[in-house]
Amino acid sequence: MNPEFIRTLHDLLPQIQGFIYPNEIEIHWGLLIVVYPYITGVVAGAFILASLVKVFNVREVQPLYRLSLLTALAYLLVAPMALVAHLGHPERFYEILLTPQTSSAMAMFGFVYAWYLMAVLLLEIWFVHRTDMIAWAEQEKGVMRFIHRTLALYSRDTGDRSVAFDHKALKVITIVGIPSAFLLHGYVGFIFGSIKANPWWSSVLIPIVFLFSAIVSGIALVILLYMVLTPLTGGKISMRCVDKAVDFLFYAVIVDFSLEFVDFIHRVYQSEEEIKILSEMVMSKLFASLVIIQVLLGMLVPLLLISLTKIFKRRFSLNEDLRKMVYFIAVILIQMGIFATRWNVVIGGQMFSKSFRGLTTYKMEFAGIEGLLFAILLLALPIIILAVLTKILPPWKEMHGEGVSEGVEVAGS
Amino acid sequence: MNGRRTFLRGFLSVLLSGGAIGGILKILPSKADAREAPPKGQIWYGFGVSVDKCIGCARCMDACKTENNVPREPFFFRTWVERYITRKNGTTVVKTIEPNLEPSPEIASDKSILRSFFVPKLCNQCASPPCVQVCPVGATFQTKDGVVLVNEKTCIGCRYCIQACPYGARYLNPVSKTADKCTFCYHRISQGLLPACVEVCPTQARIFGDLNAAASPMSRFLRMNKIHVLKPGLNTEPKVYYANLDGEVR
Repeated sequence: MNPEFIRTLHDLLPQIQGFIYPNEIEIHWGLLIVVYPYITGVVAGAFILASLVKVFNVREVQPLYRLSLLTALAYLLVAPMALVAHLGHPERFYEILLTPQTSSAMAMFGFVYAWYLMAVLLLEIWFVHRTDMIAWAEQEKGVMRFIHRTLALYSRDTGDRSVAFDHKALKVITIVGIPSAFLLHGYVGFIFGSIKANPWWSSVLIPIVFLFSAIVSGIALVILLYMVLTPLTGGKISMRCVDKAVDFLFYAVIVDFSLEFVDFIHRVYQSEEEIKILSEMVMSKLFASLVIIQVLLGMLVPLLLISLTKIFKRRFSLNEDLRKMVYFIAVILIQMGIFATRWNVVIGGQMFSKSFRGLTTYKMEFAGIEGLLFAILLLALPIIILAVLTKILPPWKEMHGEGVSEGVEVAGS
Repeated sequence: MNGRRTFLRGFLSVLLSGGAIGGILKILPSKADAREAPPKGQIWYGFGVSVDKCIGCARCMDACKTENNVPREPFFFRTWVERYITRKNGTTVVKTIEPNLEPSPEIASDKSILRSFFVPKLCNQCASPPCVQVCPVGATFQTKDGVVLVNEKTCIGCRYCIQACPYGARYLNPVSKTADKCTFCYHRISQGLLPACVEVCPTQARIFGDLNAAASPMSRFLRMNKIHVLKPGLNTEPKVYYANLDGEVR
């Protein structure tokens, strides 16, 4: 037995308020499980942003199309790491695929994940880049030429018929992809929402709230990446594109906020037996992360900032830099807010006792597998993967609004 | 066009005839009812707790830790005893009894106390166990005689079952890194012995036996007492039955 772990638990004892069941001192789902829904949320949100171009013909956000697909892939590759690392027996993770319990929401993870990765994201990215990869390979030498040839699966056909097939395939994949993205994050919400033992989680609204917060975080992150990466790669930020994407972000935040507000009002109005301990938890343990960061800084302030650019449209249109700065602050705040949302759901759900008589506390480790350092690494990893992906499948031309890609044609077709 | 119309008409009539509704009903938890009443003659274990008889001596807690090799630290329990003290002003204070701790004598003379009692707790061995439902690998399972067990060899330690248990009955064993909880001392009961906690209880506050055997002490306990279970609203159908349970207890 790990004596250090036992000592940490002893340290927690004096911080317990009221009565909790004796097995509840340890918070079982820690920082890694906060990171997990955050990361899958970004995947779902980024994909939905990409599908705005393909399915809904929103041409203004075309520069974000490839970037959002690559972002979704980079984050999706990291998502299972958070889950597997937190298991008591990570070496047995494959059992979840070999002998899954069909009644378990968590058992579906591997299948939903594999479906989304293989049947949606990878296929879409392949079809989007196929002709480009052939073209790149022709101009390149050495390793890059080999990589692009191999990734294109040695296809060389750039004739009209095969390009037309690419377009058709893309459309089908995106149409299948939207419900799949909903499924991916809806099911993560369901993992929590279906736990009837825990009134903080147990709500039919939870999967839907998860979904909309996913859309919010994905769109905000891609906008942020676009605003940072475009100047770095020598391009000019297209304000038409950012304006439009921020519009969608604005609506998504409003829907997300309304859903969470309805959930809150509903709980307070029903006022079931757990309401006392939950309000005590919100007012003491979660006040900073829920009231200040999630609601005030993560939602209301960005909503206000974006609203200001809409209300004083003329002044903000004249001053593009000011508008850029406002958007930049807004998307960073939203990102913080969504991470806080995940924290409040996951950690908050374990802070009160199921006896409804007391509160326990969460002490974050620094080092160690459940610690802050590893979580930061997991959050940084997708950015590193994205950097590698952009080397292999550069989205710059599209981001700079130069290259004509399949996206435009399909959007127009 | 006509073909399509006929198809639609047929489809709608099937939908309205109730065939589809019957199909949907299949996913509803009808299994639980079947489990609730196993055929006579089949063993179906249950546990009784007589709240009025418990004196909070904590021998059961000690016996359980010894019998089942549960870590001695005060964070891991297969069974525990809660002490409730309700004062005349209506406030209730609850604590978990610590083994080897003398009960404080001043409580007896404290006039502000309205009532005080002990409540033994353990895994409720639900007939519809949420922990079995959520286990992603089927490591938590229910035996034919109604006992919920954990397979240490296949549990991946995801702790979903710990989250799903409304009774706080599960913990992660710090040695095996797998989920753990009360098994009704399955290794003992399958040999015809009583669970360790039942055997050591000096006041017979804990009763164990086959719910299907009409003459067992367990059936007698159910017959002679007004019975309550914990958190009945969650429909987990617990098989730990309490006599004289106070409404304060959750």
